[in-house]
Amino acid sequence: MNRDRLRRLGFALLAPVSAFAFAVLISSLALWASGNDPFTAWREMLAYANDTRRMISIVNRAIPLYISALAVGFAFKMNLFNIGVEGQYQLAALMAAAVGASVDLPGPIHVLLILVVAMGVGAGWAGIAGVLKAYRGVHEVIATIMLNAIVTTGLLAYLLGNYLRDRSETQILKTHDLPASGRMPSLNRPLAAIGIDVPQGANLQGFLVIAILLGVAFYVVVSRTRFGYDLRASGVNPWAALASGVHPKGMIVKTMLISGALAGLVGMSQLLGFFGRYHQDFPTGLGFAGIAVALLGRNHPAGMAVSALLFGFLSTSAQILDLRDIPKEIIDILQATVLLSVVVSYELVRRLVAASEVKAAAAATAGAATQPAAAALSEEGDR
Amino acid sequence: MTTVSGTGTPAVHAARPKRKLPRAMILVGLGVILLSIVRVVADADDLTSAGSFSAAIRLGVPILLAGLGGLFAERCGVVNIGLEGMLILGTWFGAWGAVEFGAWEGVLLGIFGGALGGLIHAVATVTFGVDHIVSGVAINILGAGMARYLSVVSWVGKGTGGGATQSPKVTVDIAKVDVPFLAGGSIFGWDTPDVLGRIASWRWVVISDVAGLLRGLTGNLSLLSFVALLLVPASVLFLWHTPLGLRLRSAGENPYAAESLGVNVYRMKYLGVITSGALAGLGGAFLVLEGAGIYREGQTGGRGFIGLAALIFGNWRPTGVAMGAGLFGFADALRLRNESAVHALLLFVAVAAALAALWLLFDRRYRYGAVIGAIAVGFGIWYVTSDTVPRQFLSFTPHITTLLVLAFATQRLRPPAADGLPYRKGGGT
Amino acid sequence: MEPPAVELRGIAKRFPGVIANDDVDLVVRTGEVHAIVGENGAGKSTLMKILYGMQAPDEGTILVDGAEVSFRSPKDAIAAGIGMVHQHFMLADNLTVLENVVLGLEPKRGLALDRASARARIVELGERYGMVIDPDTLVEHLGVGERQRVEILKVLYRGARILILDEPTAVLVPQEVEELFASLAELKSQGVTVIFISHKLDEVLQIADSITVIRAGRTVGTTEPAATTARELAEMMVGSELPKPDTQGSTVTETVELELDGVTLEETGRTVIDGVSMRVRRGEVVGIAGVEGNGQTELVDIILGLQAPTSGRVLLGGEDITQASTRWRRNQGVGYIPADRQRHGLLLPSPLWENAMLGHQDVVPFSRGPWVNRRGARVRTAQIAEDFDVRTPGVDVPAHALSGGNQQKLIVGREMAAEPKLLVAGHPTRGIDVGAQAAVWTQLREARSKGLAVLLVSADLEELIGLSDTLLVMYRGRIVAELDPQTVTPQELGSYMTGAAA
Repeated sequence: MNRDRLRRLGFALLAPVSAFAFAVLISSLALWASGNDPFTAWREMLAYANDTRRMISIVNRAIPLYISALAVGFAFKMNLFNIGVEGQYQLAALMAAAVGASVDLPGPIHVLLILVVAMGVGAGWAGIAGVLKAYRGVHEVIATIMLNAIVTTGLLAYLLGNYLRDRSETQILKTHDLPASGRMPSLNRPLAAIGIDVPQGANLQGFLVIAILLGVAFYVVVSRTRFGYDLRASGVNPWAALASGVHPKGMIVKTMLISGALAGLVGMSQLLGFFGRYHQDFPTGLGFAGIAVALLGRNHPAGMAVSALLFGFLSTSAQILDLRDIPKEIIDILQATVLLSVVVSYELVRRLVAASEVKAAAAATAGAATQPAAAALSEEGDR
Repeated sequence: MTTVSGTGTPAVHAARPKRKLPRAMILVGLGVILLSIVRVVADADDLTSAGSFSAAIRLGVPILLAGLGGLFAERCGVVNIGLEGMLILGTWFGAWGAVEFGAWEGVLLGIFGGALGGLIHAVATVTFGVDHIVSGVAINILGAGMARYLSVVSWVGKGTGGGATQSPKVTVDIAKVDVPFLAGGSIFGWDTPDVLGRIASWRWVVISDVAGLLRGLTGNLSLLSFVALLLVPASVLFLWHTPLGLRLRSAGENPYAAESLGVNVYRMKYLGVITSGALAGLGGAFLVLEGAGIYREGQTGGRGFIGLAALIFGNWRPTGVAMGAGLFGFADALRLRNESAVHALLLFVAVAAALAALWLLFDRRYRYGAVIGAIAVGFGIWYVTSDTVPRQFLSFTPHITTLLVLAFATQRLRPPAADGLPYRKGGGT
Repeated sequence: MEPPAVELRGIAKRFPGVIANDDVDLVVRTGEVHAIVGENGAGKSTLMKILYGMQAPDEGTILVDGAEVSFRSPKDAIAAGIGMVHQHFMLADNLTVLENVVLGLEPKRGLALDRASARARIVELGERYGMVIDPDTLVEHLGVGERQRVEILKVLYRGARILILDEPTAVLVPQEVEELFASLAELKSQGVTVIFISHKLDEVLQIADSITVIRAGRTVGTTEPAATTARELAEMMVGSELPKPDTQGSTVTETVELELDGVTLEETGRTVIDGVSMRVRRGEVVGIAGVEGNGQTELVDIILGLQAPTSGRVLLGGEDITQASTRWRRNQGVGYIPADRQRHGLLLPSPLWENAMLGHQDVVPFSRGPWVNRRGARVRTAQIAEDFDVRTPGVDVPAHALSGGNQQKLIVGREMAAEPKLLVAGHPTRGIDVGAQAAVWTQLREARSKGLAVLLVSADLEELIGLSDTLLVMYRGRIVAELDPQTVTPQELGSYMTGAAA
């Protein structure tokens, strides 16, 4: 049994590791082709990360990626592709920042209100795609692409420019600053308590706690509840799920709402722990990066955590490259290659595993198995 | 979901492809007449000026090319949301080529850059069976990353005015033509009269508006635009009137049927997806050469997605894509040129929706009639009670239009039947 | 003597863990209609895919007109004059008839597709073989029979002299079958060889010149219609005597468990189910016979609540459940064994215990409140595996690792273990081996004797006769006959099913 588990873990790791190795290879080739030494680049990056301040930066960068991956991964669990996280989190961040700055409440409640607004806005925006899919048959990918574009090409600028703008500031377009009660404290003190010296100016964002809790909640809901079972069943085989009594339309809407609510939280670590306001240079691209993180982490909360940290490492350590005159944009190429190769390698490994499982099951039932295996039967096509 | 598919669909909507073109023309005609009336009522001359239409073409061509790119990919069964990334690759390679060699070389290299993106998409989706959406997202990330990376490698510290986010200024020596007699072009040094321009300037109802539209199409037209516009009929001819086009479409409709008749579906998909990238790349080069005269990061501004919108709006047909691109380009042109004309557009929408609602009610489709009627009333009230329209609204007009089309006209849309589905050789039942 | 049009010698084809074809021999004379009959899963389709170049045989030789050939793709087969009409039509709905026909072998004029000559050729072919069809119609506007004609035209257009028809009548209404047979006669008279795959013996006897029977991947023998009977053919196909009706005493009670009252379903202007009224009592198995596509699937959907009827009522234990959700019905004790187990009954990549709770996820021991009870589910799954002889190395292996028979036993086990009041079973023994089939039948009979009401929907007449207390025949959405399985003959049943006796 134990050996079996180890083997399964080995299989599970094989795909992401080989995909990542392949991506490193491709990016090395790109570096080499443009006259840079790839080995130096990777070595410098590793060396750069070996430092408390930068490790904190890695974690801070990983937090929004992780939440974005949770949002994408939750929808993936029922085969819905929410590529609208990008628009959902940006709209949610803007609205949450604006609402948060306009009220005055005691500390935790203030933060809670901001989070609730963010989740509500994210859920609402994603919910449009859910309703369109469930009741009008509009593919969620197309709907969320369009909803993304509405947010990023005009809606943000319109809302910020006309209604939510801090007019005392003429130079830049931003919302009013959040009062202190609406900010989230850093985790520096707990870190110090366990004996880690936090360098001056570095702040481990308090939102990390929420991210971890969300990861746990993700696991519990998906793997341990009846709702999660229905969700996964719908993802694996919607027809069988339907016959087992899952209401498909309701399920689509609920899933998109939850995914959108998670998406709404993507920008919160930076809003509450760093910027304290929404402005025109608020980070973008986290929604798309979340897709890569979710796929690399196989939609598993632990796997996604590892891959979020990996991506956090890449974007933090990439900064050293610029100082060494190596274009740090190589990281974008690396990430895109990971995204492509991970899907391929998962498929290859899946076939490998399936073949070995069929063999194992056949061995266990040897002698009695005169019956065609499932896969071959469907190929027979006599139906 | 468990039901058998219906046999023998009622032949009510048995419209043949042949009748489509006239219908498209009727729609365009109706649109122009309506615009003309609105122009007079709202006193917004720029709504139908030659300048507006000319700008609409300039802004619409990249959308058109992205849309045609999407058309080629989806007609062979591969969803391409990587158009944006391919467009970006087109802008970068187009600028690089123009800087290094010259404008037309830039065009070719832009096409090459886009085709490269298409090739990656094809390898991932066709050969390795990667989900089309995942691959598209990856290509969008890759396109942006590669453009930035290559910019740094090629232009940073070279003292040419280029840098990590922009290219050196490119010199554009692509000819612009005015058609003789119609738009005042010259023949052998003799300046012909600008007939359409003259008529357009009279501001007669409908006649002048049509003249304005035609003047926009024939005057100050870059050869590159001309090539792009020619691609619309060329696509129709290729896809519907050549054996290769038929095979390509069959791969998107029923690849297993095509396979069973000896069509090499993989090859068709590669052809379609690489062509798709090439077209998007051309669109990117156009943005650089006819638009800004320079490569700038973020220059594509989501036009790949608008192209996708035009594709859906145009019901996966070249003429439809052209209409969609024209419409979205027109909206964009008004946004940039004249805000009061944008306001007049509200009236246009209100009247158009009211007419559509009347037609629907006459056709006894009361529910949709009521919905559209409500939209008409809404826009009417908006028009009367406001003086301007926030310009941001026009930026996302294409996207909202597409969502509405998808939500309320799905039954009339006909995407290729096997669009986005995985295909494995020999994988049919 | 003229060499045979097609000769297969010692063809074998293995898939991982399965032998689809094992030593098949076949001789088809030129200009005859040669039927190949066999049960579902006997290996007919695999054999034809080999002959058409879609799959390569592991062993054996293929001779066409006496010359040995080796096909790497259908292209090679087409070049050798072989054409195939698939059971599931290989047509693109959004292309015209012309486009579908010429695809892959387009006439050209310069670079362009020469539509005029293609049109002329199609019209000419259609007239010659009595299959007239407008070349410029979109295929989506055609009915089933017309689509089949397009398929045949496709093959003839390629100059095929040997035509393979895979279960051509499965989707046709009787009148269309007659038209098809007329066309086949026309083809034969012009020297075309037809290979006709079927398991409908009456049709085979009507149209074929020779009949080859295949069982479990082997040829059993070749005969002629004049020299045999349907019963003999059936015995050759099945390999033993037909199962006898259940002669044990009736367990039928007077309590009605399921009642349908005037259920009608209209879809896009078509009446799919037309005023069906019926009752299933406790301890009774009601069998529904009918050619596939006569409304059985929709009837099952309505009983399960997957689709709402246009009018009429569904009652469970006397209570009107017409508006109730599927989940509610399942929790009230409606068990379901789907006809297509992989599509509607299993989560293939998921572990067995998750499969065992599918459809019972609200019920003890699978869940507690909102939580999944993993331990309870595993214990129950192990129990099901033991009681219903599901051969598996454990309850954590994914369902796709099991053989078809074991998958089916798992489904039957999970539904039976939940002790339902009503069981809706579609083809419960389709594609499983004889041993597993006997086990499933025994379990159904036992449950019936304990008062279970069963609605059995099957295309397998033997199964229907073997299990049912009452037999209903569905034809074009209506119940056209109620028969006693003790006295009914397959021929009688068949005539109702094809509408001949209606």
